[in-house]
Amino acid sequence: MPTTSVVVVGAGHAGLAMSRHLADLSIDHVVLERGEVANSWRTQRWESLRLLTPNWMTRLPGFAYPGDDPGGYQSAADFARLVTHYAEVCDAPVLTGTRVTRVAPGGLGFDVTTFSGTWHARAVVMAVGATRAAVPLVSRQLPDDLVSLPALDYRHPDQLPSGGVLVVGASASGVQIAEELQLSGRPVTLAVGEHVRAPRRYRDRDLLWWMDAIGVLDERYDEVDDLVRARHLPSLQLVGGPRDVDLNALQAAGVQVVGRFAGIRHGQAQLSGSLANVCSLADLKLVRLLDRIDEYAGGRGERPDPTHVPRARLGMDLGSGEIRSVVWATGFQPDHSLLDLPVFDPHGRLRHDGGVAPWPGLYVIGLPLLRRRRSTYIDGARSDAADLAAHLAGHLGLAGAASRGDTAP
Amino acid sequence: MENHPMTTTIDTPVDNGVNVEALLGARNALAENPEIAQFEWRSTVTWMNGTHSRSEVEGFFGFSDEQAHHTSFTFDADHPLQFAAEDNSITPVEFVLVALGSCLTGGIAAIAQQRQIQLRSVSATVSADMDLHGILGADPDVRNGFSNVRVAYEIDADATKAEIEALVAQSQKRSAVFDIMTNPTDVTVTVS
Repeated sequence: MPTTSVVVVGAGHAGLAMSRHLADLSIDHVVLERGEVANSWRTQRWESLRLLTPNWMTRLPGFAYPGDDPGGYQSAADFARLVTHYAEVCDAPVLTGTRVTRVAPGGLGFDVTTFSGTWHARAVVMAVGATRAAVPLVSRQLPDDLVSLPALDYRHPDQLPSGGVLVVGASASGVQIAEELQLSGRPVTLAVGEHVRAPRRYRDRDLLWWMDAIGVLDERYDEVDDLVRARHLPSLQLVGGPRDVDLNALQAAGVQVVGRFAGIRHGQAQLSGSLANVCSLADLKLVRLLDRIDEYAGGRGERPDPTHVPRARLGMDLGSGEIRSVVWATGFQPDHSLLDLPVFDPHGRLRHDGGVAPWPGLYVIGLPLLRRRRSTYIDGARSDAADLAAHLAGHLGLAGAASRGDTAP
Repeated sequence: MENHPMTTTIDTPVDNGVNVEALLGARNALAENPEIAQFEWRSTVTWMNGTHSRSEVEGFFGFSDEQAHHTSFTFDADHPLQFAAEDNSITPVEFVLVALGSCLTGGIAAIAQQRQIQLRSVSATVSADMDLHGILGADPDVRNGFSNVRVAYEIDADATKAEIEALVAQSQKRSAVFDIMTNPTDVTVTVS
């Protein structure tokens, strides 16, 4: 029965960032990975996907983007290679093909059960990513002859039959998939609920460059007004490329924009009449962000046009043949169900204070707005891992770590 | 006033007559005891004569217990003389306009209070289009209900135009009646 100080569950960028900081503190640990390093980047991304963040933001502890295109956007496959290379140069103690099935209280602190035995550890860091599709139950009511596909299983347009597609959800995934399917010749209807509108560039700079420069990305989780809401905001309507994928751009490409997917009744998809308001909320939110940028930079940039709100239909006959398939871009969730510990809120979400779970020695990393807005992006793992490793060292009672342990939460 | 009111009205606290602390306290209480959030709203209705009916609203269930308004409220509904009715009161569809306008306006006050925006006046005209072919059964392609609803606000407040627009947008986002009108709801009607 192997023993270690810390088990990190998941060898994605966040788990490896944590491993690097633990190694720097000389804390013995192991990283248990269900598949290969960067598994979900290999197996749960569509082929054309590129990171939303420019290459210069692809930073990990002790690692900066080495290439000659800092403003470009890396493909999922290239990023998987980069993370794998990072694991190798860090000599991270990764055990691949080692799926964790249960984390429970144990003699040392935790018993971490895998298919190949149980680890005893004093601390556990969950770095499992968001690998579960949040597909609404109503998807089960779709007519049998429609193809129904969660965005996590989408790879390329030819997975879908020719003919119309209903894409549900207008986050980054939804707008990117809608654009690609429309360009493939499949007429797309995009059901739009609350969304976060974002231009790729503003005043000749990438929007994320501005968000970094003006300090938005460094806003701490305990300074955010409504943290629950902020953590559940849809992702920015961005694509890793030099173009916009907001609702105006998609409508110009021929996508039909309708209200939030509200249900199915008598074979009719029901679409909410709230489209005008969700567009208005998104436009107002974008104006506030651009105002902050102008305040920082001085002067005033050229503003995007307000979202064109069509007179949208409120229903769609799912049996008419107009729609042949449905793609559910309704979000991704982490799967923490292997934790056999009383650490969940009534909604089944892992409770944590900036990554510190309410069970001594249990941590989580790699979630949106975990400790700062930057946590939502790959670039956030550096500082999150540093903070949490210091806290963890304090938990282990390591000399010299206590004062640094104060930095988290 | 161009400046944000938080920086200019420190001496005169914002007061829209809304107890935001109580609302936020309720939200925090719900986080720990989600079951107390389960409410049932009720009204009873009695036919009077013709299209005239009288509804009564007093009790409701919430916070894990039976609750009641401080008194019983009654509301008549009828149809106007142009419909060959007695016009004892407004029509049911006009009650829907009343519900939407009052829900959004109450929401604006609450959100303004939370955002420290002093309101001076808030008014709106709520209007809805309807094609009578629907309720008369004269054209199967026409629905019974509204084909379109508009709410036009005029608001005077210590805030910028963008802040006022954000108030109105947020109020729609958090409005029960806006949700009821824009999204489908299961309705079951029984006879005993």
